[in-house]
Amino acid sequence: MNRMRNLFIGFFATFISSWLGLVVAPHLQFGGLKEHLDEDENQYLPPARTGLAERGARVYAANGCVYCHTQQVRPAHQGSDLARGWGARRTVARDYIHDRPHFLGTMRTGPDLANIGHRQNNEGWHHKHLYAPQSVSKGSIMPPFRYLYKTQRIVGAPSADALQLEGPDAPQPGFEIVPTEDAKALVAYLISLNRNYPLPEAPVD
Amino acid sequence: MTDNTHSIPAGAPPMPPASDAAERAAIDQSCRRPVLFFFGSALFWLLAGTFFAIVTSIKLHDPEFMNRAPLPDAVRFQTGEFLRANPISMQDVGFLTFGRFRAAHLNSVAYGWATSAAIGVGVWLMARLCRVPLRRPSLVTAAGVLWNIGIAIGIAAILAGQSTSVEWLEFPPYAALILGTAYAIIAIWAVDMFASRKPGHVYVTLWYVLAAFFWFPWLYASANILILLKPVQGSVQAIVNWWFGHNVLGLWFTPIGIGAAYYMIPKVIGRPIHSYYLSAIGFWSLALFYSWNGGHHLIGGPLPAWVITASIVASVMMVIPVVVTAINHHMTTRGHFHMLRYSPTLRFVVFGAMCYTLVSLQGSSMAIRSLNEITHFTHYTIGHAHFGLYAFFTMIMFGCMYYIVPRLCGCEWRSAYLIRLHFWTAAYGIAAMVAALTIGGLVQGLMLADPAKDFLGEILAITKPYLVGRSLSGVLLSIGHVVFAYHFALMVLQLGRREGGPVYFNPVEGEARP
Repeated sequence: MNRMRNLFIGFFATFISSWLGLVVAPHLQFGGLKEHLDEDENQYLPPARTGLAERGARVYAANGCVYCHTQQVRPAHQGSDLARGWGARRTVARDYIHDRPHFLGTMRTGPDLANIGHRQNNEGWHHKHLYAPQSVSKGSIMPPFRYLYKTQRIVGAPSADALQLEGPDAPQPGFEIVPTEDAKALVAYLISLNRNYPLPEAPVD
Repeated sequence: MTDNTHSIPAGAPPMPPASDAAERAAIDQSCRRPVLFFFGSALFWLLAGTFFAIVTSIKLHDPEFMNRAPLPDAVRFQTGEFLRANPISMQDVGFLTFGRFRAAHLNSVAYGWATSAAIGVGVWLMARLCRVPLRRPSLVTAAGVLWNIGIAIGIAAILAGQSTSVEWLEFPPYAALILGTAYAIIAIWAVDMFASRKPGHVYVTLWYVLAAFFWFPWLYASANILILLKPVQGSVQAIVNWWFGHNVLGLWFTPIGIGAAYYMIPKVIGRPIHSYYLSAIGFWSLALFYSWNGGHHLIGGPLPAWVITASIVASVMMVIPVVVTAINHHMTTRGHFHMLRYSPTLRFVVFGAMCYTLVSLQGSSMAIRSLNEITHFTHYTIGHAHFGLYAFFTMIMFGCMYYIVPRLCGCEWRSAYLIRLHFWTAAYGIAAMVAALTIGGLVQGLMLADPAKDFLGEILAITKPYLVGRSLSGVLLSIGHVVFAYHFALMVLQLGRREGGPVYFNPVEGEARP
């Protein structure tokens, strides 16, 4: 029985070292970060998300956007992230305090989205891009998210949020393509992604 | 059925006493139902996961592939046309989208295939090495049923749009709870089994298997609680995520795979392991260093430098257990490499063990900041993951199944041809896949590092052919999986061979055969 006890003590000790080091210690060190009050702009940073954008984060998760898009900007000495214009500064832990779950990602089949709302804040563009990626991004291999849109008969005047599509993507005459609530939420979330504000630990020069 | 019939003569040791053989046969019989259940369900999920994989892979170079399913047509309904024409038409649906299929693939193969196979092999190894018949076999089978229910619910939830999108933890918490419960039953069973072992030496395989059964539930529970149920802050979630994600490989699949290799190689060759001392160093250094590796997935990420650096150091230190294990396996096999010509088990297991060395050294190198700067966020990492989970782990599981299944079914594999077909499709398939993703990933990474290179026009265009290559390699792997599942089904249906000895790839020459 002694032998069994020693083995288990060993299993426990090796394992708990990493649990303390990679789970508990990071949580104690930077698991309780607070928003920063920017006194010039009188604004809390990072800003809280609207309800619609928060719902959009669920759509982002449900459809696996994270498998091709990261949301992290590496520092200047690590990769070309800043040079590609993916952010004004590297991202830091405080940028993610509202994220549940996190979408840092591990793959860049598509570009980083940490600041996509800064680069592109036009709702119409995002809807067209989600519905028919190649119509605005030639050569893209992003899957079309047509199932987030519905085709409906135009009754009276066309809807204000109908997609402006041309060519083979356009609906048949008399019909229009409009975003579902999920699509609107997703676009609100994408536009909310803007981490270019300055923080004390990550100034923007 | 005795073990020595499987070892290939040419310098084989004297036959063990008949009483040992009878004891082993009784132990094997006690494992029959639970282990075959885990193997059978593992193969079901392997086929399902392969289907998800092929579709996902094709979607990556052909985004219009398989996005539609036949459904009632809302547009025709609005026009009233449906009364005259077929109301069903091909419609875009969410459950076929890339992001959901990819998650369904990962979870089918990681939990459905690899973990089920690992539990099956682990349970059998426990019984063999504790030298007592399996305790409470129906409890193990019940845990297996529960495990499969959890996976089925989880995969359905992912396809229905309830994925959490946390890599390696995509199942929503209600499915994870079922899986956690099933696994906890296995873990408690394992401790009970170990406590009731026959007194005597505890072989190194038993350390690995027992430790893996002990570590995994803790990992799984911690990660689910801290990321999904009671989430910690975003960046801390990320490090918990990769502490978990890497330890699923490092502290669950790897110990089962290495433990199985430590059992199968000496068993088939018929000589003891080269060095007991080296195997102890290998085990404890793996336990200490591997568990710290997770942070290397976040190099350059929004975390304090010390967390990342600690993981990089641990990743490089992994060279110690890897080289020690490689030396030990090599020295055990030395002088007996000709047996790879004959024994299917040995060929699969040695292939897997060699790939373990290669993929681990590759992994250590990928943690170094300057190389990671290029390979991070590219297909290179995906290639590395398949190298590890398939070329190392899955191949060893296949090898173990070729050894274990005849002992549980009481008949021999029908066809050396089918096993050979399985081996070569798997070996060439995974080699082609790793090559395509590694080279494609390097090209992608080098171009990404140069901000002058256009993302859409240049980088995507140049990596696309490698993605097509990956799809083709997947077809090869699929052929092997179908062949193996068919062969396994014949065994379970008692349609295996009953005359003659075990199946060898080539006829054993000379008078050496017992």
